[in-house]
Amino acid sequence: MTKQVQQLDRVIIRFAGDSGDGMQLTGDRFTAETAQFGNDLSTLPNFPAEIRAPAGTLPGVSSFQLHFADHDILTPGDAPNVLVAMNPAALKANLGDLPKGADIIANTDEFTKRNLSKVGYDGNPLEDDSLAEWRLHAVPLTSLTVKALEGFDISKKDAERAKNMFALGLLSWLYHRPTEGTIAFLEAKFARKPEIAKANIAAFQAGWNYGETTESFSVSYEIKPATLRPGTYRNISGNQALAYGLIAAAVQAKLPLFLGSYPITPASDILHELSKHKHFGIRTFQAEDEIAGVGAALGAAFGGSLAVTTTSGPGVALKAETVGLAVTTELPLIIVDVQRAGPSTGMPTKTEQTDLLMAMFGRNGESPVPVLAPATPSDCFTMAVEAARIALAYRTPVMLLSDGYLANGSEPWRIPEIDELPDISVQFTTQPNGEDGTTYLPFKRDPQTLARPWAVPGTPGLEHRIGGIEKADGTGNISYDPDNHDRMVRLRQAKIDGIDVPDLTVDDPDGDARVLVLGWGSTYGPIAAAARRVRAAGHKVAQAHLRHLNPLPANTGEVLRAYDKVLLPEINLGQLAMLLRARFLVDVISYNRVRGLPFKAAELAAVIQDVIGDVIESD
Amino acid sequence: MTDTLNGSLNGKGLALIPRTDAKQTMKDFKSDQEVRWCPGCGDYAILAAVQSFLPDLGLRRENIVFVSGIGCSSRFPYYLDTYGFHSIHGRAPAIATGLAASRPDLSVWVITGDGDALSIGGNHLIHALRRNVNLNILLFNNRIYGLTKGQYSPTSEIGKITKSTPMGSLDKPFNPISLAIGAEAGFVARTIDSDRKHLQSVLRQAAEHRGASLVEIYQNCNIFNDGAFDTLKDPATRDEITVKLEHGRPIVFGTGDNEQAVRLSPTGGLQVVPRAQVADSEILVHDAHNVDPSLAFALSRLDEPAFKHVPIGVFRSVDRPSYDHLLNEQVQAATADKGTGSLADLLHGGDTWTIG
Repeated sequence: MTKQVQQLDRVIIRFAGDSGDGMQLTGDRFTAETAQFGNDLSTLPNFPAEIRAPAGTLPGVSSFQLHFADHDILTPGDAPNVLVAMNPAALKANLGDLPKGADIIANTDEFTKRNLSKVGYDGNPLEDDSLAEWRLHAVPLTSLTVKALEGFDISKKDAERAKNMFALGLLSWLYHRPTEGTIAFLEAKFARKPEIAKANIAAFQAGWNYGETTESFSVSYEIKPATLRPGTYRNISGNQALAYGLIAAAVQAKLPLFLGSYPITPASDILHELSKHKHFGIRTFQAEDEIAGVGAALGAAFGGSLAVTTTSGPGVALKAETVGLAVTTELPLIIVDVQRAGPSTGMPTKTEQTDLLMAMFGRNGESPVPVLAPATPSDCFTMAVEAARIALAYRTPVMLLSDGYLANGSEPWRIPEIDELPDISVQFTTQPNGEDGTTYLPFKRDPQTLARPWAVPGTPGLEHRIGGIEKADGTGNISYDPDNHDRMVRLRQAKIDGIDVPDLTVDDPDGDARVLVLGWGSTYGPIAAAARRVRAAGHKVAQAHLRHLNPLPANTGEVLRAYDKVLLPEINLGQLAMLLRARFLVDVISYNRVRGLPFKAAELAAVIQDVIGDVIESD
Repeated sequence: MTDTLNGSLNGKGLALIPRTDAKQTMKDFKSDQEVRWCPGCGDYAILAAVQSFLPDLGLRRENIVFVSGIGCSSRFPYYLDTYGFHSIHGRAPAIATGLAASRPDLSVWVITGDGDALSIGGNHLIHALRRNVNLNILLFNNRIYGLTKGQYSPTSEIGKITKSTPMGSLDKPFNPISLAIGAEAGFVARTIDSDRKHLQSVLRQAAEHRGASLVEIYQNCNIFNDGAFDTLKDPATRDEITVKLEHGRPIVFGTGDNEQAVRLSPTGGLQVVPRAQVADSEILVHDAHNVDPSLAFALSRLDEPAFKHVPIGVFRSVDRPSYDHLLNEQVQAATADKGTGSLADLLHGGDTWTIG
């Protein structure tokens, strides 16, 4: 049978199944194949916080969405073209996102009476005509897998578990993905269980062959590689990029990296990653709690390490007092907050931008802290290095606001050359700095940066004491003098306000847009994709994105005032909008959704169109 | 005698810390800051004891760090001309852990009190002890909150009348020695502010122990809990109460007709009996190096009910590898195995592809 091959410019696939079905692994492998093939891509894993929610239930559904294309793309896509549903729960939970006409590949073996009734289906949707508006491919994935593995010396359970590899094989055939990487991956993953490795590879190949022979799929698809900027690329998630950025920062600073951390979703993978790289002189310390994590990091900073603590929102709340101590002792420290839905425990695996005001103000006293936010998964690398630059140059704690979407999402990353990275090395103070030539003044400031000197224990002649009590300007001795306190409060604020950050750049192709859409952090992709749609529809919109939130770029006010309307989408109830309104008296229009999910490009495009419409109407 | 777990570390507690040949005196360790404790506070005696004992260690002054939390005792670092970090309430063990783990060349001391260490910072204390971080933790126990002006503390006796407990406190106090032994501490000792010789002897042993050392120091707060330890200081009572622990020596105390001895109780634990009623062979010989902590724990319970018999000295001194030692060993092993990390190799690891 000759099968038709169709060319597509982009595809969005969603793998969905039970938490135990291996959907994240399947998605990761398909992503790796796609990256290897050279498409641009963006991913969105979506999984429950429970490790194994009751099998077959709606809360137990785990999914992985992948958008890949022959051109550069910015988001994991709004709506899937293809849904792989491993059971009725996966179908039910995801059907609402699926546009009519999309493909559904359903594992018929799991559509049993019991599984159907578990999620409230009266009949079998694969057999009645309720899915008539979609293109349904009913495939008995489990039994085909078990059949393909008949000759293997493995249990039936192990054979059934390989069904995700059968599905991966089928999808790999459908989209002409390279297979060598997955085979090598399975060989390495199951190196100690060669029979399981062989069985998974066989299931993967059986899936591929099934696609080629079955009549259920008459067409396969080609998506040509994307033309990206020349360079060497790899696929990278936000958490991995952030960990690599911290390692790069330590190398570029010529300091040992110390991480004090307590496990918390969705930040733990940074701890896991850094703990694998001790040969860079990295010390990772899994503390007894969040407070000890940041405390140990601050102790290491006092000792001369590049000190980091990684956490999510609830952990930031616990660390607040220690961050305040870092503010007043003026020691470099990086606090990574991988934001998740709150308040309290909230929804640990879902994303949000709701910690901005906590990062800015969540401490007692006047306690200014620089705040940074990466825009994309790979930007986590760049912003980790930037956080270290600021922390070290200005002797200050720095908040780095990633989020669940960036942390687990992935995209191709052009690997930087080492000589493209900034030199952020620091000089410890080794000589007395007092006018008499013998005393050491731990709070005598650099006139340019207002940073204090950093003399680490072990340096003879510079023995000194620091602490949380107010310090006398210069000497650092305990001081309750009213004027000294006023001066120190202002000096600490002036130091942060004076941090050198790059200007805000505006993307306005024609230069005459009247509406600016502004964002910060992980909304970059959906906002930029929305702006493209609006422009493609013949309208004008300018776009700007803040990665430095404190201090803001010096030209921020000027940019905001240059437009008739400023639209600011945020996954919170308007936190940055509040700051900008207060600071610049600009009537920023907020657009807010707090659903634990990233914005969709179509949704934002409609909002932008509305604002443009209002501007034109009011002329 | 039971041997130690790790002979190679035994007695080498200061081996990694740079030494000096220069003559040091007590004066070298006094900072220029005015000491601001209440006149008559037990902290003065401890400060003087520490300042006059540090020169004996022969360490480079710049390699000594004092880290403290919050409370009266936590002002201690300001008065010593070493590196110092006066931190926040209860967190000194955590902060010191990061410092000691990343800097094995430092002698790191934690100064804390009964509220700081056992109430707000209890979690950090027990974890620093079980990890065996190379710290010397000096717990100034005055059995009261001083800096907040006189509320009961986690070591105050039940029924303590204070500003916050006008009808008496309700909660049973911690026994810091029992707690430390229960938390797997390798070195646990108790001493008293008024006995400088004993205090300095214990501090020296703590300093020379590599790993976490906890020293409880009974310290008189003459403002809010004056006389809390008077029975241990008064010549009329002290010998009947104080049980001086010395490694390798039978545990006997008291004088004359009141001489008493400690022996194993037939019902488990230990008991105090008149010396005349027991054969020499029945008297417990103190073994601070016993890996099994049961007897050290039992000794820590001799003061129940409160202050009937109070052991002072080193309860337990057992070597095991310290946390910083193990952490740095992993760094060295990883480096030996993979070579010093190359950033370019790291970034290009995994699946890559090249365009253009």
